[in-house]
Amino acid sequence: MKKTAFYGALTVAGFAASMASAATLDDVKERGTLNCGVTTGLIGFASPDANGVWDGFDVGVCRAVAAAVLGDPNAVEFVPTTGKTRFTALASGEIDMLARNTTWTFSRDVDLKFEFVGINYYDGQGFIAPRDLGVSSAKELDGATVCIQTGTTTELNLADYFRANNISYEPVPIETNAEGQQQYLAGACDVYTTDASGLAATRAAFENPQDHIILPEIISKEPLGPLVRHGDNDWGDVVRWTLNALIAAEELGVTSANIEELAAAPTGNPEVNRLLGTEGELGAMLGLEADWAKNAIAAGGNYGELFEKNIGENTPIGLARGLNAQWTDGGLLYTPPFR
Amino acid sequence: MSDTHSHSVAFVRTETLPQLPPPASEAGVVKWMRENLFSSVPNSILTLVSLYVIYQLVTGAFPWMANGIWNTNSLAECREILDGATGACFSVLTERWNQLLFGFSYPSEFYWRPGLAFLLLFVAAAPVMFFDLPRKLLLFTAVYPFLAYWLVWGGTIYTPLFALLGIVIGYLVYARFVKDSFAMGFFGGVIAAFIAWFIGGYIVGAIAPAEPFLEAVQSRDMGGFMLNMTLGVVCVSLSLPLGIVLALGRQSDMPIIKWICVIFIEFIRGVPLITLLFVANVVLAYFLPPGTTFDLILRVIIMITMFSAAYIAEVIRGGLAALPKGQYEAADSLGLDYAQAMRLIILPQALKISIPGIVNVAVGLFKDTTLVSVISMFDLVGMIRGPILSSTDWNGVYWELFMAASVLFFVVCYGISQYSQWLERRLATDHR
Repeated sequence: MKKTAFYGALTVAGFAASMASAATLDDVKERGTLNCGVTTGLIGFASPDANGVWDGFDVGVCRAVAAAVLGDPNAVEFVPTTGKTRFTALASGEIDMLARNTTWTFSRDVDLKFEFVGINYYDGQGFIAPRDLGVSSAKELDGATVCIQTGTTTELNLADYFRANNISYEPVPIETNAEGQQQYLAGACDVYTTDASGLAATRAAFENPQDHIILPEIISKEPLGPLVRHGDNDWGDVVRWTLNALIAAEELGVTSANIEELAAAPTGNPEVNRLLGTEGELGAMLGLEADWAKNAIAAGGNYGELFEKNIGENTPIGLARGLNAQWTDGGLLYTPPFR
Repeated sequence: MSDTHSHSVAFVRTETLPQLPPPASEAGVVKWMRENLFSSVPNSILTLVSLYVIYQLVTGAFPWMANGIWNTNSLAECREILDGATGACFSVLTERWNQLLFGFSYPSEFYWRPGLAFLLLFVAAAPVMFFDLPRKLLLFTAVYPFLAYWLVWGGTIYTPLFALLGIVIGYLVYARFVKDSFAMGFFGGVIAAFIAWFIGGYIVGAIAPAEPFLEAVQSRDMGGFMLNMTLGVVCVSLSLPLGIVLALGRQSDMPIIKWICVIFIEFIRGVPLITLLFVANVVLAYFLPPGTTFDLILRVIIMITMFSAAYIAEVIRGGLAALPKGQYEAADSLGLDYAQAMRLIILPQALKISIPGIVNVAVGLFKDTTLVSVISMFDLVGMIRGPILSSTDWNGVYWELFMAASVLFFVVCYGISQYSQWLERRLATDHR
């Protein structure tokens, strides 16, 4: 991983350079817009529509942060980044935060000097196979040909998984997801493997999606979340607690529909009151207005609403909540208390 | 016996027979096919195989094209209408044509501005490309870059006006001093232009109206084929003079100039373009003080121009090397100085020889502008790979989009190539 070392070195250099302007929160307020790094386009997570307006699950996080800090969900300058430019853009200060389905890993957090503020989507590597193949589990894939993107963690995960289960496979190396779709549809490989959310989006684009099944096994952990630069804890707190506010709002039953009513006057639930600023000083502690969380939630709805609108079961992507359900529903979303 | 024979002939024709048409196998289509398609067994086999391939292609592609659907709002609707039949989903082009041409964030009410700039490009390029046109048109060519900048980027008109003014002042200073010495004129002109721009910057800041006549558009809002055209046109027209200078510099007798040029050319040629683009996008951000926003398009233009200038320099050096030594000596014997000899004798011939090579570089450069999609700029290919294919409506439409992109690029590149062939014929003065 020479490349990682190279980018790491660049990042360190950039970190040293950007220490001077550490108060990102002040910069954002002064500028009046939030520079938010997103993908150049990933179905359901971030893409501009026919009018050029960005929309998607990651975009929702950007808009929530902008609403919390500046009171306006549209005060976002979206900076599209590729997998190669995303970290340098953040380290050099070109963007204030990165919401680009980036996997939280040890080396990115520690070595590249970034701060992952939370997880907004628990992803994992899965398999898609034609229904005709007649398999119902990845463990039945002995001897199968597998389309796999080269040079990614998915390639390593795949090797680990098949070795651990003592079965063999034949890799068909591909370069991009689009190529993977084409190769898989053309029958160059029996199964195609990539992140489960990507598989769902891929399947949604097929002419006959019902002829393909996504196997139940998830063979790796890919926690995706927004990140900020190391060393600016105030700004990190703002982004972290904005994300937490979206998650907590769903848990507490605060939606974009009832938020005006709940925020108008203190309710019977003290945690809702603290969240929405009708009680306590949480906003001031962050250096924001008292109604910061209300603005963030009103921007695009709570976590559940964002999920349903962009990638949920009623969209063409059709992802189930799964791990991304609230802890009370058997998922992993568990935000610390607003107190 | 001979007598009897001669008398035994009952009739001798006295007039010539009318010409018969040639046998069917020696005329018309049949002859052409026999000669060109079926002249031997291997050729006949090749012909049959080719016919089969063409047949397959046409029968495969034609229904797909003819069944094309042009007026739906998503791929899913296309598939619903087609209902299993083969057919293209061209609706993506009718719905997203503006994004393909102008990018997704260029304000749609201003589409006429780049459009007008594009049309004027032909007017500006015509006197340069076709030298039979009246020379006065060159005046418009000189103004065009500033006009086009103003149209595409908008903002106050004073910025391009003062940029133009700086160049005019620089030229006047150059014209005043060049009679004494070329170096004095050249550097005096450059310094004067920079002083004028420096002062102009302050004046523009002071007098710029808050509501300019054309609203300003940010560089990051540029995209689509417009970005490819901008990069291609600007970089080709800048790298040609720069390439000539580099080629002459490399041939120079002055060691410092020569080595600067050699190192520049060899360094740039030894580095892939994509690396230079990454430098422009990513690494430069570290060297600039935080908060400076050095326009990304400008950075990319500088990098691509340097890249293609190095290649054009080598092409022109080839042209210079191909000239017989007698041409240089002839220029010397006429008593011409270096600038005159180059301008009047050497360069016209060397450039003429270099035309195919230069056009090759220009076409390659134009297509290379699609590489900017890798550094997250939304040129035509970047638009397709990013926003359009990642929208829920159009995920999965590959052929139609990339076909449209190749048509656009083909039209431009074929045009360039045809022009260069015309130019070669027009400039042919040798006895071939």
